[in-house]
Amino acid sequence: MAGYEICFEPDDRYNAFLTTCKKVTYGPGKLTGVAVAVKDNISTKGIETTCASKILKGYIPPYNAHVVELLMQSGAAIVGKTNMDEFGMGTTTENSAFGPTLNPCDTSRVPGGSSGGSAAAIAGGMVRMALGTDTGGSIRCPAAFCGIVGLKPTYGRVSRYGLIAYANSLEQIGPMGRTVTDVSTLMGVIAGYDRRDSTSYNKPYTHTPRADIKGLKVGIPGEYFGAGVDPKVATVVNSAIGRLEELGATTVPCSIPSMEYALAAYYVTCTCEASSNLARFDGVRYGPAADTKKSWHDAYREVRRAGFGTEVRRRIMLGTFALSSGYYGKYYAKAQVARENVKRDFARIFSEVDVIAGPTMPTVAFKLGEKSDPLSMYLSDILTVPVNLAGIPAISVPCGKVEGMPIGLQIMGRPFEDERVIDVAYAYEQEVT
Amino acid sequence: MVTEHEVNHIAELADVGINTGELGTFTHQFNAILEYFDTLDQVRGEQAFTRDLCNVLREDVVEPSLSQEDVLRNAAAQEDGFIKAPRVM
Repeated sequence: MAGYEICFEPDDRYNAFLTTCKKVTYGPGKLTGVAVAVKDNISTKGIETTCASKILKGYIPPYNAHVVELLMQSGAAIVGKTNMDEFGMGTTTENSAFGPTLNPCDTSRVPGGSSGGSAAAIAGGMVRMALGTDTGGSIRCPAAFCGIVGLKPTYGRVSRYGLIAYANSLEQIGPMGRTVTDVSTLMGVIAGYDRRDSTSYNKPYTHTPRADIKGLKVGIPGEYFGAGVDPKVATVVNSAIGRLEELGATTVPCSIPSMEYALAAYYVTCTCEASSNLARFDGVRYGPAADTKKSWHDAYREVRRAGFGTEVRRRIMLGTFALSSGYYGKYYAKAQVARENVKRDFARIFSEVDVIAGPTMPTVAFKLGEKSDPLSMYLSDILTVPVNLAGIPAISVPCGKVEGMPIGLQIMGRPFEDERVIDVAYAYEQEVT
Repeated sequence: MVTEHEVNHIAELADVGINTGELGTFTHQFNAILEYFDTLDQVRGEQAFTRDLCNVLREDVVEPSLSQEDVLRNAAAQEDGFIKAPRVM
């Protein structure tokens, strides 16, 4: 396939893509012949990269993200940039400045977010694999809502160089695909050390999925099946866990008491980091021009009011507030204690079990426009954010349907045991397909 | 509770700019979210720093980087090879 040119002009009825690359060529390598879509917050040299924000409309990165270099070295054809919630801030992909992506399973519903374009491109049959990013569930949520597979790798396993930062201490780039095998193959391409990311860890991924899970101990946290989780979703996920038991795994009830504060800790942390990270968008080095005749603040405010959507401005303001004089101890410092408590809870549980299993999302995909209140949108992230706070790997694999909509089984693992969560997801997938 | 006046002040600090028509909604939503954040008041435990991490630094030496042309390509206003910014004084 190397050197073979393809013409990529999909019928994008779901608005999954912000940019498509009409003519692309495969190189030699293990992904030759594979069309891969890339989320639009990952820098692609010469290809517009907007983070689904008006403030980056027309921005052409002068360099490639590390993962994009690796994709090209592996022979993949990068066929387009996918829609997302602006700067990754959302759970539905409705916060895109360029219109929402629709869920291919039911176009009256959202695909989840923020990597909703990547998930819809796969679920809609336009590409076999895609890259997403996961700050608080942004790979796993759309994977669950669209009925595909998505892995949030261990923090540090995949380089963030060239990822346009939103909340550095939480986010990771990760693979999405139709099958666990595809996700594992893509993970093998993008994982590994990169000196340009100071949080990069030298642990390449060379694993081939194995379906043997005899003797595996699976922790079942009560919090993942309690208040706020749709009982119909819980039932489907419980029966999926039953299949793991049939395959030789044993289940152990466990508890993550720190989850009570995890969501607040997550939103304080990510908004604080966002308020700092997004200060760079001022219309000077990129984006719509700031009026250089005006004073500094006036010019910036004008550009940022026009360029940022409501949710982005809300999160920047929340973070600015939480870090402001007199409030730091109340919000940020407390959030870091809560974050440490989450890490300790996971460490304690993982001393007794190999993986933890539960639903990825508490409900099926929402109807478009259903979550109009920001706090109720935030609350739907409760089952995904603990993983980001702790930096551990987690995968979402389809495990059934409720009212015709897909449900995701979430498998969480010890730090740097991405291979094990892949194996458990693979064992389940092989059992049911 | 934060007031509209305080939310406006935060918007100024953050240089985001909000329209007067948005101020009421922003303030209302801000208060609902901050009330939720207040659950953190009940968090017990000391500020814990993770101790098994270290800083990753490199020697301060010049390495190959993007060309001036590439760096300037996305800047809307330029002059004599520099990026033009709004006046500070």
